[in-house]
Amino acid sequence: MPEVRVRKKLITVEEILHEGGPLAPKPLRRAAALVVIHNPFSGRYVEQIESFMDDLKPLGLGMANSLVAALGGDPKQIEGYGKGAIVGSAGEIEHGALWHVPGGYAMREVLGGAKAIVASTKKVGGPGTRLDVPITHINASYVRSHFDAMEVGIADAPRADEILLALVMTTGPRVHARVGGLKASEIKGEDGLR
Amino acid sequence: MKARIRKLATFVEETCNEMGRPIDPPTRRAAAIAVIENPCAGKYVEDLSELMAIGEELGELLTQRAVAALGIPGPSAESYGKAAAVGENGEIEHAAAILHPKLGTPVRKVLGKGAALIPSSKKRGGMGVVLDIPLGHKDAAFVRSHFDGMEVRINDAPRANEIMVAIAVTDSGRPLARVGGLTKDQIKGEDGLR
Repeated sequence: MPEVRVRKKLITVEEILHEGGPLAPKPLRRAAALVVIHNPFSGRYVEQIESFMDDLKPLGLGMANSLVAALGGDPKQIEGYGKGAIVGSAGEIEHGALWHVPGGYAMREVLGGAKAIVASTKKVGGPGTRLDVPITHINASYVRSHFDAMEVGIADAPRADEILLALVMTTGPRVHARVGGLKASEIKGEDGLR
Repeated sequence: MKARIRKLATFVEETCNEMGRPIDPPTRRAAAIAVIENPCAGKYVEDLSELMAIGEELGELLTQRAVAALGIPGPSAESYGKAAAVGENGEIEHAAAILHPKLGTPVRKVLGKGAALIPSSKKRGGMGVVLDIPLGHKDAAFVRSHFDGMEVRINDAPRANEIMVAIAVTDSGRPLARVGGLTKDQIKGEDGLR
C-alpha cells in the first residue's frame, strides 16, 4: 500500500460582503483546502490503483475538518460543498478519479450525513493550473441559490509526479442569489436532489 | 471603516516536504487580501489622502487576519511583505497611496516590532491578475533565508473600479534555505538591515 506523501498544503478562505448590490446581512464565506501529494502511479501504467482510495481517507478527513475550522468550527454552518483534483503531467486522469470516494466520504462524515452527491471536477495539468471546483447544496443538489464554483490553484503545483487534491465548503447561497428555482427552505431531504 | 470592502480572502500555505526531504516543522506563510472600491477610479484626483487613510485601516485589519490565520501571536511572525493591484480605471499611484504613507505603522503594531522596510510590489491589472508579494525578514532586511515571495490571485478581482490590497506574514523562511548570508540568529536589530 503506497503511503501518502504530502509536499504542501494551502487553505484559502473568502468572505464576500457584496458584489455591487446590498451588503449581505451575513457575509458568504467559502473555503478551499488544497493538498499536494506525490502520485505513486506516475510515469507508467499501473492497473491496480483502487486501494489508494483507502490510503487517502485519513487525509480527506483532515482536510474536511480543517475546512470546518477555517469557516468557524461549526459543521452546521456548512451549506455547500465540492471537490476536485489536478493530476500532474506524468499521471492520468484516472488517478484524479481516486479522489471521488475519499474526498466525498470525508466531507459527508464531518458534516454528519450530508445527502447530496458532492459535485466534482478534475483535469491533468502543469504547475499553476487553475481548477474551477463546482459547488452545490450539501443536502439537495437542485437548490439553485447554492450553485457556485470556487477557482483554486497553486503556482508550483502539481509537479509532473504529483496530484493536487481539493475540497471546498461554503456557508450559504451566492451573495446576491435571485434567479429562482428550488430554495434551501424547500428541501425535502429524501433523495439528495430536492 | 472608510474602505468599502467587497471581499476578504486569506491564504495559508504550509510546505511539508521539498525534493523528498521532510520539512519539520513545516514552513508556513499567510496572506490576507481585501478587495475594495477605488474611490479615485475613473478620474484624476490630486489629493490621495482618502486612500492613505484606507491604507492605515487595512494595515491593521489584514495583518491581524494574517497572523490569526497562522494561529500565532503577532511578535512570532518572522517575515512580511505587502502588495496592491489596481483595477484598470485606477492609477498605479493609488496603490502607492494605500501601501506607502500609512499602512506600515499598524502592521508593525500588530507584529510587535518590524524594524525592516516592508518589501512591496504593485501593478495595474484586470481580474485574476497575479500578485507576487515580496517577503523579507521583519527585523533585518538582509536575512538571506527569508528572502522569498508569495503568489496570490483572486479570479474575480480587481474589477475596473477596485483595488486589491494584500499583506503576507510568515513564521519561517524558505523551506531548505542554504545559500548562506546573514542568519536570523545573527540579527542585531538596530537599523532594520542587519
